[in-house]
Amino acid sequence: MTLKTFGKRFAGVSIAAIAMISTVSAADLNALVWCDHSDPALLQPFEEANGIKVNVKEFEGTGAGLAIIDQSQPGDWDVMVIDSIDVRRGVERGLFEPLPEDQLPIGDLFPAVKMDDYTMADGKRYGITEKFGYNTIGFNKSKVDVGDMQSLASMTDEKYKGRIAIYDYYLPVIGLAAMSIGKKTAELTEADLPAIKEVLLKMKANAKAVTDVVASQTALATGEVDILVGGGEWVTAGIAKENPDLDFSIPKEGAVLWSQSLAMFKDSQNKDMALKFIQYIMSPEGQARLATSSCYWGMPASTKAALDDEQKKILRFDEQPDFLKRAQGYPAPSEDLDKKMQDVWTEMIQAQ
Amino acid sequence: MSAASHTRTGWASVTPALLWTLVFFAVPFLAMAIASVYPKGGGGFSLSNYIQFFTNPAYWRALTNSLEVTLLVTVISILLAYPFAWILAFIVPERWQRLALMLAVLPFWTSYVVRSYSWLLVLAEKGVINGALTGSGLLSDPVQLANTRTATVIGFVHFFVMLLTLTIYANLKQLSPNYRKAAADLGASPLQTFIHVILPLTLPGIMVGAFLTFVLAIGDYITPQILDGNNELLMPQLIMMQIGRRGDFASASALSIILMAVVTIAYLASARWLKIERA
Repeated sequence: MTLKTFGKRFAGVSIAAIAMISTVSAADLNALVWCDHSDPALLQPFEEANGIKVNVKEFEGTGAGLAIIDQSQPGDWDVMVIDSIDVRRGVERGLFEPLPEDQLPIGDLFPAVKMDDYTMADGKRYGITEKFGYNTIGFNKSKVDVGDMQSLASMTDEKYKGRIAIYDYYLPVIGLAAMSIGKKTAELTEADLPAIKEVLLKMKANAKAVTDVVASQTALATGEVDILVGGGEWVTAGIAKENPDLDFSIPKEGAVLWSQSLAMFKDSQNKDMALKFIQYIMSPEGQARLATSSCYWGMPASTKAALDDEQKKILRFDEQPDFLKRAQGYPAPSEDLDKKMQDVWTEMIQAQ
Repeated sequence: MSAASHTRTGWASVTPALLWTLVFFAVPFLAMAIASVYPKGGGGFSLSNYIQFFTNPAYWRALTNSLEVTLLVTVISILLAYPFAWILAFIVPERWQRLALMLAVLPFWTSYVVRSYSWLLVLAEKGVINGALTGSGLLSDPVQLANTRTATVIGFVHFFVMLLTLTIYANLKQLSPNYRKAAADLGASPLQTFIHVILPLTLPGIMVGAFLTFVLAIGDYITPQILDGNNELLMPQLIMMQIGRRGDFASASALSIILMAVVTIAYLASARWLKIERA
């Protein structure tokens, strides 16, 4: 064993030891998920229908999710929620099982969110988009000029100084900064970073805070800020009933499309049930429950989601074809560029 | 009992502790140290993660931010905790001291995360403090308290004042009243007695509390993450950032080793000082 592998193996052995004393049963379905899948309103119907318990482990960020897998035993996990752009990271690690397209409602998906470039490899589907939305401009329409929210340039306008929060995730906000200077998120290179950094620094100078998911919702809901750069339906829709003034726009420069997928583990001991779970999530009922999860709302990937009229209105369901036309995907940088983007983000936060 | 028997008994006594330290500290630490010199993306042994820290001002600044915040928190907490402990030890009647101590540690009873979010709401633009200041006419417009370093310091101090109060109180209670009486007999004023007798004798309690405050504050992720609004990064936040999306455990390990080195230096400094005071 080399020194390099020592650390990794030690971590694996430690977690395995802990796993031995855990109460997770192989008869259960073990899901590595984002917080929207922990909502009992989403899980209970599936559990009752199949007489099975769904054990969920939440994580944030693909890196953290992959680290949990690294430290687990093969077969510990059955399904995983992952950024659509990162499905191939899992495929390259040999983690995922191809999904049977003929048993999934692929045809019901909004075409723009199928994202085959990321969810398929070697002609096989490894991930299916289940939910999507936009990192764009979220705002309180009673506090801002709604016309200003149609341009990303307003985010660096002195007029909104101290009234802005920036969502703390470098990829989508760097994407927005790039779009504000006319660059395409899919074509970003290291040479673009200085200009992007300049935009980010101007945004930071205007911002009151750089906030995570919960803090973003809190800041908008309490009126601490009036605008969230990188916000969207995921931050405004869930609290729209309490505060109908919260809304989002897709500015003229466009917005960044976020998308999450479901994947099945190659080493799952419970593949039939894992597939059933994916089918349930992709069913009209599952899609509606996932879209309106108590953790955060988002657009269901399926056009046939059983949302009521009020929910569709809040999510602006009927406007999606136009929104999707104007949206660009997450930047999907190489390992090296990803690191440089994160460093630019770090410099932005540390700037005074 | 023979010398050999003594030795066996000694080893039997310390072996569990040694094994515990070996398995849960030494080995993980070694694993982290090794991970830190094999950067993500391959390429073999390299010190690039350490070089990055010392050459990238944004990274380096996380450490200076951490030190500034932690030292400020430690000093403020001592200044607030000492008189509080003094009042508890010497002014509050003996029969009420237990209740007073229990009240003093009430903040420990609530969740750390809940407590931080509570402070966020208290300090918010429309929170209790700004509401009182603007409502009473003292301020025409609210001031920004939430999402600032001040908010982080307030959140930390709220917690650590209690910790320091306990360590200083314990130290004060151990002092014989005869020290004060002897100083007074020799003509020392109360202030002179405090400066030349009580304070030096309670320095170990202060240092223990200060060191615990320093260690816990400099490694804390939750409080600055919630209260500072990410307007600047402290070391734990920078470490977490390496893991979030990219899963760069090598870089996170290097930063953690650096943070541990700082804590070790703080320990050596305070341990040496304590030793001198006790001599």
